[in-house]
Order: sequence, then C-alpha cells, then structure tokens
Amino acid sequence: MKVMTDPVKHPVPHPPAAATPLALAGRAALPAQRQAGVEVTGAQSLIKSLEALDVEVVFGIPGGAILPAYDPMLDSTKVRHILVRHEQGGGHAATGYAQATGKVGVCMATSGPGATNLVTPIADAYMDSVPLVAITGQVSRNLIGTDGFQEADIVGITMPITKHNYLVTEAEEIPRVLAEAFHLAATGRPGPVLVDIPKDVLQARTTFSWPPRKELPGYKPTTHPHGKQVRQAAELLAEASRPVLYVGGGTLKAGATDELYALAEKSGAPVVTTLMARGAFPDSHPQHLGMPGMHGTVSAVYALQRSDLILALGARFDDRVTGKLDSFAPDAKIVHVDIDPAEIGKNRHADVPIVGDAKAAIGQLVEALAESGGREAPRLAQWWAQLDDLRRRYPLGYDRPTDGALAPQYVIQRIGEIAGPDALYATGVGQHQMWAAQFISYEKPYTFLNSGGAGTMGYAVPAAMGAKFGRPDKVVWAIDGDGCFQMTNQELATCAIEGIPVKIAVINNGNLGMVRQWQTLFYDKRYSNTNLGTHGSGRIPDFVKLAEALGCVGLRCESYEDVDRVINEAMAINDRPVVIDFIVGADAQVWPMVAAGTGNDEIMFARDVRPIFDEDDL
Amino acid sequence: MTTHTLSVLVENKPGVLARVSALFSRRGFNIDSLAVGETEQPGVSRITIVVNVDEQPLEQVTKQLNKLVNVLKIVELEPSSSVQRELLLVKVRADATTRSQVVEAVELFRARVVDVAPDSVIVEATGTADKLGALLRLLEPYGIKEMVQSGLVAVGRGSKAITTPALRSAA
Repeated sequence: MKVMTDPVKHPVPHPPAAATPLALAGRAALPAQRQAGVEVTGAQSLIKSLEALDVEVVFGIPGGAILPAYDPMLDSTKVRHILVRHEQGGGHAATGYAQATGKVGVCMATSGPGATNLVTPIADAYMDSVPLVAITGQVSRNLIGTDGFQEADIVGITMPITKHNYLVTEAEEIPRVLAEAFHLAATGRPGPVLVDIPKDVLQARTTFSWPPRKELPGYKPTTHPHGKQVRQAAELLAEASRPVLYVGGGTLKAGATDELYALAEKSGAPVVTTLMARGAFPDSHPQHLGMPGMHGTVSAVYALQRSDLILALGARFDDRVTGKLDSFAPDAKIVHVDIDPAEIGKNRHADVPIVGDAKAAIGQLVEALAESGGREAPRLAQWWAQLDDLRRRYPLGYDRPTDGALAPQYVIQRIGEIAGPDALYATGVGQHQMWAAQFISYEKPYTFLNSGGAGTMGYAVPAAMGAKFGRPDKVVWAIDGDGCFQMTNQELATCAIEGIPVKIAVINNGNLGMVRQWQTLFYDKRYSNTNLGTHGSGRIPDFVKLAEALGCVGLRCESYEDVDRVINEAMAINDRPVVIDFIVGADAQVWPMVAAGTGNDEIMFARDVRPIFDEDDL
Repeated sequence: MTTHTLSVLVENKPGVLARVSALFSRRGFNIDSLAVGETEQPGVSRITIVVNVDEQPLEQVTKQLNKLVNVLKIVELEPSSSVQRELLLVKVRADATTRSQVVEAVELFRARVVDVAPDSVIVEATGTADKLGALLRLLEPYGIKEMVQSGLVAVGRGSKAITTPALRSAA
C-alpha cells in the first residue's frame, strides 16, 4: 500500500472482493484503456476520466450545477456513487477511504453551499496530507462573477487549503485536468486537489481521448534522497548515544513501514510514533516508547527532550509534539527526512536535511548503517536504562472514577483488545481521540485514522464509512465522542442504506470533554458551555433511539460488567451499522499532559504530579 | 530584516497572481513591491517581488512559492549583480515662476517632463528606489499633487538568462 505512485500509470489493485454487500459484481481492475476521439458531453468526459483513473467510489450529493455529471454516473458500471447526507460527510468519507486504502479519495458536490460544505474536509486533508480529489459543479460560465444562484468562488475559497485547484473553462480540458488532479493528489507530498466545473462545460459537446498529456512543467517533487546526506545521517546515527526515531505520518504515506522496522532493528534506537503515525511501528515492539507530544507518554516526551540525535521521518515538528519550540530537545542534532522541502527548517533547524521519499530515504539509511557498523548495544545501554526506568515508573494508565462511573479509557482499551490489531479504528477529536491513541495497541499500518492537524470534530463516522467501503474485509470501529457524534451522525443513514456496517462507540461523557478538561485545569472549573445534556434524565438525544431511527442497531452500556458483552454483541452484527452508547464518567482526564504554551520539560504525569527525571544520569 | 528581490517565473494562467499573493498573506509575509509582466517566452510570466524578511523566513518564502504548481522557477537577484528599476510618474506644482527650477532638477536626475499644464508638470523618472526617493525629496518643496509608482523590475547582469531552454519547451 503506497500512495506515492502515479495512479494513472500504476493502478493499485482493488482489495479482494469479500462476501459482503459492498463487493461489486463484475468489477475488475483493468489498466486504463486507450481511447481516441470519442464524441461525448463534458459530463460523460468527466465520468469516463474517473473510470480511466480507476476510481471505484465517489462520495457525493447532486445539485443544480453538478446535475449533468450525475446522468452518465447512473450508467457507469465502474464508478459507484455513495449518496451521502451532507457534503462534509462525503469529504471525510473520501479521506477515510484514502487513509485506509492508500488510494485517492473522491468526493463530489454542487456549486455554492455544496462546495462550501466541502471546505472543512478539504482543509482537513490538506493538514494531514491526504490524497483527495474534490469535484464541484459551478454556475455556467456566463453567470460566473454575477452572484448567480448558488454561486461561490470555491477556487478562491480553497486556494490556501488545496495543493492545487482548477476552474475548468473548456470541456476538452476535462480529461487532462482530471489526470493532473489525481497525479498531484497522490504524488510528492499528497494532498487535496479541487476541480470546479461550470454547468455549461459539463453540458458542452467535446471529444474524449485517453490518456491525456499532463501539462505540469512547474511540478517536480524530489523523491530521490541525496546519497551524501543519507550517509552523513547514518554516521550520526552510528555515533549518537541518545538517538530517537521520531516517526510521522509521512512514513505511512510513503509505505515505508518495513524500512522503518529494519532501521529500528538495525540501530537499536528508541522509536516514537506521532498521532498521524500510530500503527507505523508495532506498539508491542520493545523499542517503541509510544506517542510523543501534548498527551504523549512520559518516556517518549523525555526521549525527544534529552536526545542527542533526532531522526525525524516524515514528521513536521508540529507544536503539539514540540511544546514550546525554544525549549524543545535542546541538545539534539536533527536529521530531517521529508518529501516537502518547505517542511525542512520550518520549525526546527535541520543539521542534516534529506529531501525525498521516506521509503527510499529510510531504505538507504538502513544500507548505509549496515556499512558503518550499525548496532552496538553497549553504546545505547545507558540511554535504554534511563528510558526503561521511565517506562516502568510512568506507564500509561488511569484511575477508575471514585463515584463508580465507567472509565472511558477502560471502554476504549477493551474495544481495542476485543476487535484486535486487524481492525481499523477511526476517531473524532478530543479526549476520546487521545485515549484511542493511547490505549489501543496498534500493530499494523493504516489501522488508526483520525484528524490530526486540523482537529476536525465529526471526522469519525464518515471516515469510518469511507474506510469500511475501501476495506470491506476489515472490522471498522469509530471511536467517537458525544460532541463529535452529533456533528456527523447523519451519515449512519448512508451506511445503513448503502450496506456499510461500521461500528460506532460513542464515548458519552455528556460534555465536550477536552474543553471541559481545560476548564477544570485552567479556568477554575467554570464550565462554560461544555455540558451537552446527553447525560442524566434528559439524555437528549437518546443515542440508542437515534441509532435505531437511522437504521442501525442501538446498544447502551453503563457498567463495567456489560462492557465486554456489549462489544461482543456489536462484533457479531455484520449486516447493519451498530451504535453503542457508552455512558462514562464526565471527570476523566487525559494524562500525561504538556500544557499548551509550556515546554516539554513541564510534562505532568497526572494532575499535580511531575515526573522525576534523574538528571545525574545524563 | 533585509530587502530581497525575487524573480518568479510562472505559467501565465488565470489566478496565478492570486495564488502567489495569497501565499504571502497566508504565511504572514509582507510584500514591499510587486510587478508582473510577460516574458520573451509565450505562456511564461515573470513576477518580481520585493520582500523585507530575514534570511530564514526568506528560505520559507521561496520553498513555499516553489510548491505552487504554476511556479516554474525562482531566482533571487542581488542588487550588485542585477539591474533594478522602478518607474515613477509624479505631478508637480509648477507655474511660470518655478517651472524652470523644476525642469532643471528633473534634468539633473536624467528624468523627463512628459506633460505640461499652466500650473503643473508631470515628471517621468526611472531608477532605483534610492534615486527616485532623492528626486522626490528635491521636488517636494514645489508641491506634489499626485504620484504613482510601479513595482520594481530587475534583471541579472551579464549574458546569462534565467529562462532556460528546458523551461521554454515546458511552457
């Protein structure tokens, strides 16, 4: 699974068709066939282009301006359209699909509000470098600029949140623009590309030829790492006494997890995986310290802080990882591997910059390390002694609420243990997301999907839908919060009707939990506008009834004794989506925590508990 | 902070200028001056941007600009090794009693009077920002009624061109 390939030239094979409602009869991944000069409409040219690009699914909603495209869509035997209930859901479904399969996700919407509803998922895909092509209808060319009905300048609006975008002005441009859009979305640093097509362009007569000639003279991503830089990095790694492999989402995007495993084994260095990289390295591996950052493990945060050499692999020194930048890892030299040259030196100076594909770069690092000697256990012994001591003294953990309420961490941990490492987990944003990152053990790549950079509440349900469509053979859980769930649960109707049996765990603490945690810690427990009323006698909405109304099975769990039984019950249902309303305590908090604006040295293991770092050892 | 002159070759496509200027505002960089025009290559435009930033943010500016799909090439032009010019049109108060003094000042700067009215003249001047500033200071006592200035344009000295053959065939 690798997204760096050109989807035009190297179509990724479809997952094996499983015996589920999702398997499409008669589908076969044939290479795009040459076609020359077929007489079509612009709309037919669009659908033929999508077929030639091997698109198997489009998540969208029709409307006035995009209407012409939906007519030939009806006849396509290759492209399946999933009618979503809100364009935001369509966008996140496409990114969830992309995150789970490595292929380009496609969403479609009409002009004006349809297009603006895609802004959030597009921004989300931009922040997390997810390959997405968004196709929007636009008012006819003669109406552009006149404030016509349902007109919005979506190209202007999405300029700062797309890798590139297009307003198609002639029907004959459609195949070329689509081919370019997919190429841009999937290659180099992946990202979202928007293609805006006026209605009269879709209606115009044109000819369709494939493959088109891409015209991208200004687009040349650097994929081959500089050999000298790689050797220098290997030398530093061989000499370092406190090295850390700081693994980011780029490692997954590049399909570099095998190379990463080899590098870890060869170097003996500790590994930390960011929120976007959970699953890139097995959690069970003894060299894995867990997640760094604001809610990272004490050992992962400490390892970066005290390191003398950080190998950043497809990571971007985000503020949620570095804490206060000035005090981040003061003694560390930095080797920074990234395919995007603009990431290098953006936040932290790189002593050895390596621009290139992470798979190639890490692979070459392993080779170079083999030449320079590689692992010398005694050299890292003292470093490991310190880290192991921290792991022992400050493991991830939680206390059960004293009032007998269900601990949300327990629920999430049990879901992970019962569904296992082969399942996929999508989350929303907030406390439940952090607990899902902390308490589920990820052993395989592409099993943890979430909104990292943008922090988009409501990501879980539609992303799980897209992931389940792309991986029908996998169990897909959405771990969601009661706040997030109320933003996008309408897509459960889509799942029920289209036969996409996802499993939703609503970690219902009755509040916007993460905001409430900050109010507890930093606003003197003044709970301004965080109580959602989903607890207590009101229970508005009743998530079990809501689930049933949306065509799902609704279950509820309020006690420790019921947790396993209810999860197993959900695991046994595969013909419909399932929603479990887990009523959990409102006061549980995410720990450890580096408070916003403070340095990583200020990490708190639990409230009012600062870890004791034995500085004499250093 | 220091002033840097960037020559940015771009595909001449709709929205390119918007992409470039949006990038500057999105990343929090200020543009001192900006000039756009066609080049000797059909389909290729040249944007000359003057920014006032430190060395490290400048690197970010150029890297981010390079990521724009329509951007073909970026070159920083040093003042010492390039010819840099701005164009100034300034309407100066000048009646029969002061006109000859104004014209004398204009000639000293090798600028030109391009329009004459009973109580004013329009002066056209090209040069570096320093030279134009000095001319303006000289003209100011007579009374400046209106002025307009172009962005800076610049080209490297010597026979080498920044538009390479590869670039020409690409665009």
